[in-house]
Amino acid sequence: MTFASTGLDPDQRLARERFAAFADEHLVPHADAWDAAGELPPAVVALLADHGYLGAAVPVGHGGEGLDEISFGMLCEEVGRACSSVRSLLTVHSMVSHAVARWGSPGQRERWLPELATGRAVGAFALTEPGAGSDAGAITTRAERVPGGYALTGHKHWITCAGIAGVFLVFAKLAGEPTAFLVERDRPGLSVTPRGGALGTRASHLGDVLLDDCRVPDDARVSRPGFGLTAVGASALELGRYSVAWGCVGLVEACAAASLAHADSREQFGRPLREHQLVQRMLADMVTAAAAARLLCRQAGLLRQAGDPRSVQATWLAKYFAAGAAMRAADDAVQVHGARGIGGDHPVQRYLRDAKVMEIIEGSTQLQQITIAEAAYMFRARSEPDRAPGRQWSVTT
Amino acid sequence: MDDIRQRVRAFLDQFLHGHRIDDDENYFATGHFNSLFVMQLVLFVENELGVPVEDEDLEMENFNSVSAIARMVERKSRAADRG
Ligand SMILES: Cc1cc2nc3c(=O)[nH]c(=O)nc-3n(C[C@H](O)[C@H](O)[C@H](O)COP(=O)(O)OP(=O)(O)OC[C@H]3O[C@@H](n4cnc5c(N)ncnc54)[C@H](O)[C@@H]3O)c2cc1C
Repeated sequence: MTFASTGLDPDQRLARERFAAFADEHLVPHADAWDAAGELPPAVVALLADHGYLGAAVPVGHGGEGLDEISFGMLCEEVGRACSSVRSLLTVHSMVSHAVARWGSPGQRERWLPELATGRAVGAFALTEPGAGSDAGAITTRAERVPGGYALTGHKHWITCAGIAGVFLVFAKLAGEPTAFLVERDRPGLSVTPRGGALGTRASHLGDVLLDDCRVPDDARVSRPGFGLTAVGASALELGRYSVAWGCVGLVEACAAASLAHADSREQFGRPLREHQLVQRMLADMVTAAAAARLLCRQAGLLRQAGDPRSVQATWLAKYFAAGAAMRAADDAVQVHGARGIGGDHPVQRYLRDAKVMEIIEGSTQLQQITIAEAAYMFRARSEPDRAPGRQWSVTT
Repeated sequence: MDDIRQRVRAFLDQFLHGHRIDDDENYFATGHFNSLFVMQLVLFVENELGVPVEDEDLEMENFNSVSAIARMVERKSRAADRG
């Protein structure tokens, strides 16, 4: 018995089955090998595109699937259950697609959305810099007005899919104002250095992006100067957070499935592990965490679908809880497997490494705790006296 | 217009912890709003006041006071009625 389909309409149930079958057939058998190789074969991008998954966040009118929020979430869950590196690709690509669909000019939408939906261009999100991580407002990448466009100079690091992206959504300061730009990979002045040896999501083509007087035309700018982070970046990060939260549900499910199977087949002290009560505690926590994290993701999805302002807060709750749940579940999954969980021939050690990444990306656990606690005051009785300290206008990833 | 102002005030009150603002005051200056606020404001204007926020509406002058938001909503509603 599983709760994964509770509350879904018939189309969503079918979509869920399709996503699960795709993950089981095309991703699960290869995820460990991709992780070991530190890259995804190009065929994976083609496969995702053929199934329409790269167009998940692209509106139907522009060649995409325009998936509803719950279906998009379930896609991230099923892909995340199989391979967090592929889920990362799907996440950043969908973030860029969403930013263009939501805030791009008609020309940008026409040019980029079909490219993104078909996978002719993979999208990457280039915000983080050596001096600007959680405090994204501290970016120092500069955009300067030049005849016919802009010149970008700066250093972005830890960029998912940097190695394979065809287009980067780059955040820079234009006359001091955070502003977003779409930059093609082959622009002179843009170069990518791969970043190997990461703990988790090892196959996600992480890299540094260097911009050295990289010239882009006028129409590369997305939305108004000054709204690069608070509108373009924030709405993309919202989607990213939502996608990662669902991906974490998938990770917890994968931990539970592996642990249930192992505890069933492995015997110690004359009994299968599943009969030892301290092992049962770990199994119970995993199964409960998967159901709870999924409910928080569903809540966020329903509010996002309705365009409700509370979706922002609901998405933080979902990501915070799901990332922590994934970390605990992966830790327990390794424990249930004993030495086998440490060895390189079992996926649970990959789950543990990938889960740690989830506590850092799209708003670290600490930034989420701060944001969630602050937002909780919004729901207090209005009559409370003003005790809130003045806050800085800051942007967090 | 008064109804819109009232709804905007009620929305902003959630963030202001009892701090009072005038309708023409730049409320961003109060320091009560973090980066996530803009997305919530956009969703509020679209979902609860019923006007879509487009790229060209993203000007601080459209959002930085209760009166500014009400004026933008009025203007966009009139344009939609005419269109
Ligand atoms: C695998 C991976 C993929 C990534 N992909 C992308 C990508 O595609 N695009 C992109 O732009 N970026 C990407 N990033 C970067 C990611 O967004 C940043 O790592 C993240 O924002 C945190 O920034 P930081 O690493 O500089 O840590 P820091 O901001 O330096 O934080 C270090 C620690 O201090 C804590 N901390 C910071 N500020 C506070 C505070 N005010 N109170 C309490 N604790 C605090 C943090 O929680 C963290 O634990 C990726 C990172 C990883 C690991």
